[in-house]
Amino acid sequence: MESVLKIEHMSKKFDDLIVLEDINLSIDKGEVVVIVGSSGCGKSTLLRCINGLEDIDEGQVLLDGETVNPGNRNLTKSREKIGMVFQSYDLFPHKTILENAILAPMKVQKRSRKDAVEEAMRLLDRVGLAERKDSYPRQLSGGQKQRVAIVRALMMDPEVLLFDEVTAALDPEMVREVLDVILDLAKQKRTMLIVTHEMSFAKAIADRILFLDDGRIIEDSDPKEFFTSPATERAKRFLRTFEYEK
Amino acid sequence: MDPEIIREYIPIFTQAFILTVKIGWIGIALAFLIGVLCAFTTYFKIPVAAAAVRCYVELFRNTPLLVQLFFIYYGLPAVGIRISAEVCGAIGLGLLGGSYMTESIRSGLEAIPVIQTESALSLGMTNGQLFRDVILPQAFTISVPGIVANVIFLLKETSVFSAISLMDLMFTAKDLIGLYYNTMESLFLLVIFYVIMLLPVSLAGTLIEKKVRYRMFGD
Repeated sequence: MESVLKIEHMSKKFDDLIVLEDINLSIDKGEVVVIVGSSGCGKSTLLRCINGLEDIDEGQVLLDGETVNPGNRNLTKSREKIGMVFQSYDLFPHKTILENAILAPMKVQKRSRKDAVEEAMRLLDRVGLAERKDSYPRQLSGGQKQRVAIVRALMMDPEVLLFDEVTAALDPEMVREVLDVILDLAKQKRTMLIVTHEMSFAKAIADRILFLDDGRIIEDSDPKEFFTSPATERAKRFLRTFEYEK
Repeated sequence: MDPEIIREYIPIFTQAFILTVKIGWIGIALAFLIGVLCAFTTYFKIPVAAAAVRCYVELFRNTPLLVQLFFIYYGLPAVGIRISAEVCGAIGLGLLGGSYMTESIRSGLEAIPVIQTESALSLGMTNGQLFRDVILPQAFTISVPGIVANVIFLLKETSVFSAISLMDLMFTAKDLIGLYYNTMESLFLLVIFYVIMLLPVSLAGTLIEKKVRYRMFGD
C-alpha cells in the first residue's frame, strides 16, 4: 500500500506544555484512521498540525512526500489536498449553501462556475441537500450544516480528509445523518483521519484505531482488538467510561 | 410666522444647505477612507502604524469638533499653512469622523470568529482571498449599523461649521436672526432643512441595513 500522509517525530508545545510528543504515523491511501482519547490528549491539535493551522516544534508532516510545515511556501497548495471539517459550524454565513461549496474551487483552483456548480449539485444531492442550495447557513440545522461542510471540503477533491469531532455539537438524532455521510465516504475509499467520541461509529468505520494519551500515541491497533482487548491499562480505563452498569 | 418671509428666505437657506451638504459629504467620504485605512492597519497589527492609529483615534474621539476646527483653522496659519474655511470644515469633519469610522469598521473585522479564518485556510485559500471573500463581506455586514449612525452623527456635527465663518445652515440662521429678528421663520427653516438633509440618509440607512443583514442574520 502506498502511503499518502506521513508524520515523522512531530512534537508540539504550547509554551512549556507538551501537547504532542514524538508522533510517528503513516497513513495509506484509502485508509480510515480513527483517533480516540480523552479530552485534552492532543487529538485536535494533531489534526491542526497536519494541515498547518498550528506550527509544529519538531519533526515534519509529509503529504505525498512533500512537507506541509507552516512557513513552507507550498502550504496553501498542500492545504488544498487536505480537507478539514471542524466541530463548530464553520460555513461562511454570508454565502448560500451553493456559494459555500463553490467559493474555494473557483478562487483557489480557478475552476469555471459552471463546472463547480455541477459538481456541487452532485455532491449536495448525495448528502440529500440539493434542494437547500439557495438557503443560508443560518436556515439549516446543525446536522445539515455539517453535511454542507463535508461537501465543501470534498469539492477540493482532497487526498486526505480530517474530521475534528464533527458531531460533538450535534443533537443525537443529527449525529446519525452526519456519520452516515462519512460512512459513505469510507465506502468510496477516501483516506480519512477522524477524531471522534462516538465509539460505536469508530468501531464501524475504522481500519485502524489510534489511542492518544498525554500527547503520545500509546496504541495503534486493529479496531476489533482495541475494543475487545486493549493493550494498555490506560485504554481499558478510557473504554470503561463509555459503559454503564447499575 | 410670516409665510412671505419664509418664501423670501428659502433661496438663502437653499444655498447654505447646498454648501453644508457638500462639505458634509466630502468630510464623510474622507472619514470613511481614513476609517478603512486605520481599521485595516489595526486589524493587521502593522507595527508602529497601529500604535499611531490608536493615538489618533483616542485624540479625535475625545475632543469636540469645535476645538478641532479652531485648531485647524487658526492653528495651521500660525505655522504658515493657509486653508479656506470650506477645506478646513471638510478636513475637520473627516478627521473626527475617521476616528469613529475606524472603531466601527475595526469592531466588525474583529467580530469574525477565528474558525472562519481557519476553515478558509484549510480550503487552500490565500490570505488575500480569505480577507477579500470571507472576512471583509462579513465584517461589513456587522459594521453597517455603526457606519450609518456615524454618517448621521457627522451630518449633524456640520452645525458647528458656523464657528469658522462657513456660510452653512446654522450660520445663515444666526445671521438672519441677528439682522432682521425674524427668529421664528429662521429657526423653522433651519429645522426643516436639517430634516431634509438627514431623513433620506436615515431611511436609506435602514434599507441598506435590512438588505445586507438579511443574509447573515435573517431579520
